[in-house]
Amino acid sequence: METTSHAVLAEGLTKRYGATCALDDFDLTVAPGTVQGLLGPNGAGKTTAVRILSTLLRPDGGRALVAGHDVAKDPRRVRRHIGLVGQNAALDEAVTGRRNLILFGRLFHLDKRRAARRADELLERFDLVEAADRGVRQYSGGMRRRLDLAASMILAPTVLFLDEPTTGLDPRARNEVWEAVRSLLAGGTAVLLTTQYLDEADKLADRVAVLDRGRKIADDTPDRLKRELGGDRIEVVVREAAHLQPALRVLALVTEAGGEPLVDAEERRVTAPVEDRVAALTHVARVCREEGIAIEDIGVRRPTLDEVFLRLTGHRAHEGDPDPTTPARPDPSADPGGRGDPSAPPDPSAPSGKEVAHR
Amino acid sequence: MSAATVPAEAPERRLYWAIADCLTVVRNELVHIARQPSMLAWQLGFPIVSVLLFVYVFGSAMDVGASVDYKDYALPGMFAMTMAQGFMNTATIVAFTRQLGVMDRYRSMPMAPSAVVSGRGVADVLGASLDLAVLASIALVVGWRPHGGVPRILAAFALLLLLRFALTWVGVYLGLLVPNAEAAGNLFAVALPFGIVSSVFTPPSMMPQWLGTVAMWNPVSSTANAIRDLFGDPAPHGGSWIETHALPMAMVWPLVITAIFLPLAVRRFQALGR
Repeated sequence: METTSHAVLAEGLTKRYGATCALDDFDLTVAPGTVQGLLGPNGAGKTTAVRILSTLLRPDGGRALVAGHDVAKDPRRVRRHIGLVGQNAALDEAVTGRRNLILFGRLFHLDKRRAARRADELLERFDLVEAADRGVRQYSGGMRRRLDLAASMILAPTVLFLDEPTTGLDPRARNEVWEAVRSLLAGGTAVLLTTQYLDEADKLADRVAVLDRGRKIADDTPDRLKRELGGDRIEVVVREAAHLQPALRVLALVTEAGGEPLVDAEERRVTAPVEDRVAALTHVARVCREEGIAIEDIGVRRPTLDEVFLRLTGHRAHEGDPDPTTPARPDPSADPGGRGDPSAPPDPSAPSGKEVAHR
Repeated sequence: MSAATVPAEAPERRLYWAIADCLTVVRNELVHIARQPSMLAWQLGFPIVSVLLFVYVFGSAMDVGASVDYKDYALPGMFAMTMAQGFMNTATIVAFTRQLGVMDRYRSMPMAPSAVVSGRGVADVLGASLDLAVLASIALVVGWRPHGGVPRILAAFALLLLLRFALTWVGVYLGLLVPNAEAAGNLFAVALPFGIVSSVFTPPSMMPQWLGTVAMWNPVSSTANAIRDLFGDPAPHGGSWIETHALPMAMVWPLVITAIFLPLAVRRFQALGR
C-alpha cells in the first residue's frame, strides 16, 4: 500500500477505443469524506473514468490509486475498499431485498451471521425494513436505488462510486437518493458522483470536475465554478422598448461586482449576474414599481449545464458521441420482471432552480 | 453503526473462495427456482408440448421402422433436445445479468471472478437435473419405460447432463457476446434447428441425404442415440460410422464443445475489462 492521504488519486488516465479517446490524460484527487462530482454530457468520459477507478476497465495509460491501492496492479485489494452504484439498480430482481444484501454480503466474504446482521443494519439505515421481505421486482425506483446503495455499503467502503445515480428517477426518488448519499458522508466515505445535472452536482458535491470529450476542462468548488461561469442571473422583460434603458439602470444597482447587465432589445429583456438572488429579485421588483417601469416577466435563474458548457468549451453539451463504455440500458420489453423502464430522464438542458415571479 | 470490517484474504485462500463464492452464487440461483417455479414451466413448455404433440397427435402416424415404438424413440430424443436447447437459458440469464449491471457489481467486488461463470455452470446443471426429472416423470405418465437396468439408466442421465454442462459454456459465451437479453432470446433461431435437425424426432437415414448427414453429425444425435441404447431401445439407423459410435461420441462431443467454448467464454469474460 502506498501512503497517500487521498481516497482517489488518478494521474494521466487514458482510455482509447479505436480512434476515439474516451478518456484523455485525466487527473483527479478526492479527499476522504468528500463528494467529488464528475459533470458532463453523455460521452464526456464520466463513466469511463468511474469504470477504470472501480477496476472494471483497464486504462491504456496513466495510473490510479484508490484507497491507496493501484487499480491496475492490485484490483482485488481495491475491490475491498470500494462500493459501486451503476446506472441501473444492479440487483437480483427475483429475490427479496434482504436476500440481495445477504447474497452480496456473502460475496464480500462475510460469514453467514455477519452477513445477516449487516443486512439488517443496512435495511434499517436505508429505510427498507418494511419492504425487506418483499421481492425486489415490487420495489419502486427510489427503493431499488436505496437497496442498491445499501448493497454497495456492505463493507463501509473508503470510496463509493455513484454513476448517474438518479438518472431516470422521478423528483421524489431523486430526493430520497440525495438524502441517502448525504447520510453516508458522516462515515468518512469519499464519494465520486457522475451526473448530467448541474443542480445535482451543486447540491451534493464539494468539488466538481467538468468533462468534455474525454478531457477534464474544469475542477473547482461548485460555488466558484458557478461564479466563474456566471452564477445566478436576474432576468427582466419589459412591456415597452422605451422601458429598456430605465430597467437597465435598475439592474445595474444589483449587478454583482465585475458583472455587467446585458440588453436583448429584440426580446425586450435585460439580464444581469447577481450574488444574492432573493435580495436582487425583491429589490428590482420594488424599484421598478416605484419608477413605473412596466414589467412583463421577472425571474432569477441559475445557469444550465448547457450554458456552463457553452462558456467552457464554446460548443453545446449534447454534441458529444455516446459514451462507448456505457452499458446498454435495459430494454423494457426484454425485462422478465415487467417492471418497465423508469420514466425518461428529465431533460438535463432544462433550466434548473428557476424561480419566476409573475406580476 | 458498526461497519463490518474488511476480512483478511491470503492468496492460498483463493481456491477456497473460488469454491465458496461459486456455491454462494449457486445457492442464490436455487432460491430463484424455488421462488419462481413458473420459470421452470416456461422452460419446459416446448418439450412438454412436443411430448404431447408427438406422442398423441403424430405418434400413431410415425413409423421409424424396425418395430420400435415411436414413444420409446421420441421421448429420449426430447430429453436430449431439452438439454441441447438449455444453452439458450444460460445465454439469456448471462445477458440479463450483464444488462442489469449485476455483472459489474460482481466484478467490482472482492469475490472470486471465476465464481461468476462457474456458479452459472453449476446452477444450470442442477436446474437441468430438475428439468430432466420433470420430463422423465411426464414420459413415465404417457407410458415410456426404460428397460436397461439402474446403472444404465443413471449413465443415460449422466450423458444428458454432460451435454448440458458442455453447452453451458456456449451459453455463457453467447450471453456475453449479445448486446442484451432480448437479443439472447433471438438465439432460439439457432437453438431450434440445433435441437430438431438431429435424430431427436426422426432417424437421419430417413431424411434427404444432405440433411441426414448434418443431423447425424449433430452432437445432439449422438447423445440421443446413446441414451436410447442405454434405455434398452436402440435407435434404428443407417449404419454410418458416427451412428454406430453413438456412445463414445456422446462423451467426445461434450468434451470437444467444452474445449472450444470454455476458453472462449473465459476470454470473453476477461474482455469485459478491456
